[in-house]
Amino acid sequence: MAKTELTPEEAQATALGEYKFGFHDDMVPFFRTQRGLNEEIVREISAYKSEPEWMMEFRVKAYRHFVERELPKWGGDLGRIDFDNIYYYLKPVEEQARSWDDLPDGMRETWDKLGIPEAEKKYLAGVGAQYESEVVYHNLQKELADQGVLFADTDTGLREHEDIFRELFGTVIPYNDNKFAALNSAVWSGGSFIYVPPGVKVELPLQAYFRINAENMGQFERTLIVVDRDAYVHYVEGCTAPIYSTDSLHSAVVEIIVREGGRCRYTTIQNWSTNVYNLVTKRAVAEKNATMEWVDGNLGSQLTMKYPAVLLKGEGAHGEVLSIAFAGAGQHQDAGGKITHMAPNTSSVITSKSISKDGGRSSYRGLLQVNDGAVGSRSKVVCDALILDDESRTDTYPYIDIKENAVDIGHEATVSKIGDEQLFYLMSRGLSEAEASAMVVSGFIEPITKELPLEYAVEMNRLIQLQMEGSVG
Amino acid sequence: MPDLSIRNLHATIDGAEILRGIDLDVDRGSVHAIMGPNGSGKSTLAHVLMGHPAYEVTEGSITFRGTDVLELEPDERSRLGIFLAFQYPSAIPGVTVANFLRMAVNAHRRGPDGEENPIRIPEFRKLLQENMEMLKIDRSMTSRYLNDGFSGGEKKRAEILQMAVLRPRLAIMDETDSGLDIDALRIVSEGVNHLSGPDMGVLVITHYARLLHYIKPDVIHVLVDGRIARTGGPELADELERDGYAAFGVDEEAVPVG
Repeated sequence: MAKTELTPEEAQATALGEYKFGFHDDMVPFFRTQRGLNEEIVREISAYKSEPEWMMEFRVKAYRHFVERELPKWGGDLGRIDFDNIYYYLKPVEEQARSWDDLPDGMRETWDKLGIPEAEKKYLAGVGAQYESEVVYHNLQKELADQGVLFADTDTGLREHEDIFRELFGTVIPYNDNKFAALNSAVWSGGSFIYVPPGVKVELPLQAYFRINAENMGQFERTLIVVDRDAYVHYVEGCTAPIYSTDSLHSAVVEIIVREGGRCRYTTIQNWSTNVYNLVTKRAVAEKNATMEWVDGNLGSQLTMKYPAVLLKGEGAHGEVLSIAFAGAGQHQDAGGKITHMAPNTSSVITSKSISKDGGRSSYRGLLQVNDGAVGSRSKVVCDALILDDESRTDTYPYIDIKENAVDIGHEATVSKIGDEQLFYLMSRGLSEAEASAMVVSGFIEPITKELPLEYAVEMNRLIQLQMEGSVG
Repeated sequence: MPDLSIRNLHATIDGAEILRGIDLDVDRGSVHAIMGPNGSGKSTLAHVLMGHPAYEVTEGSITFRGTDVLELEPDERSRLGIFLAFQYPSAIPGVTVANFLRMAVNAHRRGPDGEENPIRIPEFRKLLQENMEMLKIDRSMTSRYLNDGFSGGEKKRAEILQMAVLRPRLAIMDETDSGLDIDALRIVSEGVNHLSGPDMGVLVITHYARLLHYIKPDVIHVLVDGRIARTGGPELADELERDGYAAFGVDEEAVPVG
């Protein structure tokens, strides 16, 4: 149990020494709505974006639901969010850039510090970079565009492919799914739209990077990914924000449809500063023999509530959730995954690894559901928690709902404390205490980092290393 | 001046005094054995020398190469040249032997102000390969997780491999013979003998005289009830092998039973 509860300010002071992305750029936005939210502002956003009428109606309907819907009573402490103090839409620059050099200097510097232009050159097939509410840079390799791959920010996607949006937008996650999905549906802006045509395999990852820069910012990106028959894509998202003494809110919605035989992998390395509430809804539908994999790394934020879901809708579909959560001082990571077996011979794996340190709290929350008729379904859930000290806390909330008998379900959970003997052993070989702890932790999450492309595995280990420093000694 | 100098060392764990006034000098490059019955404090001495946090030193001093070791953390002691081959080394799942050893080597190569001087990969590979050949360790061990699922013999060999790679000035071997069959014992001992010499002294801690047929000590100390009861030459091992610890008021054999 947590002995001392840090205020967000104290947590930020603690985090300040470790968090390397807490800088900000003092820029004047091109346009922003007034603080707070009402129906007027929702309409203003839609009008400003010159959206079709049906989208404005969708937004308004969602806003009304958001207002009526109560905050969830489970998960983390949401009572401190001051919805009236947030900016819901902020457009940083007039135009989206095709070249990093076309961005204002401060913004360009931010992206350089985050290493995005460099990564694009080395190992990415396409990049989208969102600053506040809008994607300010977007690019896709020409070969992929020639093969019919679509990769754009979601606003552009809606403008250029309205038919796809009319058919699919809001079908995987309805506007009234939960309070924060409703909020996103009302004020969404930016995010990624991806379409991969049948049989096309996108070998290098597509990446989107989400940056909050302003204080009291709300970022509500909306992502729609359609992977057609036998196609493949790996999408990676990263996110950071400056450290402020007041809160920001990040509430995304991600909808994915993987058609027959297709495969989608979605990797997140979430590293928000510890003044950000991160309340995200992610769900995928996997059709016949399709595969959906969520690799979800949560390192930052004050509170994260996120449970990537897969609906195994077609026979033989496979779903996977690999989740890593790291909760340091003042942080609560309430993460996990949801799998619904809706068809025969579907299979799923949920692997969750959480680390709690310096009074941090991590919770695994998962739902495994097998519907009547999903015969021959197989599922394995493994959740392991590592606690680094006596002040930290971990909880497991596994919900299992099985309505079919002919299934094979396994569930294992372990909680371990980093051992004094392990630390002594490693230190006796010359490693400092921080290095020794970091080594035990990187070994603990290795089953997940080994699934990542090398660059991201290195990044994940580096971030964990940073989280481990500064607290010991 | 001896490399290691222990004076009137008293140490407790959970308030119970285990070491009750130990005096010991080990010269650079010499081989000492500490023998003693169960519960005499042998392993405690090894852990206290390395700085295990569970033990509290209540009196006395330990100096190594002129430095007051009691002020140092285990990693600082390691970098000063003390090495402990554990009786029960911890498993570190998810961390390969190669990665771990490279980190350890780099920690030792760090400068006095913490500046990094990492070993180049080809050089490290060569270092690893040479020592693995010497210890007849299968190459596949480098990509296994450290001590995770290792047999007793593999763990001991991995300990000696670490010793060989880190080249300490003083190697403390805590019951390295326990759980080893004769072949493994021979290989491990050959490894230690190969490494010991003017640059590396050894402190062999053992219950049984058997190991001392393979690693020949210059000096033997008998530890009983937290004190050194007797110090002698190599002939002391033969005496203990013959008579056990009876002469020290303990009814225990110094050869494995059965």
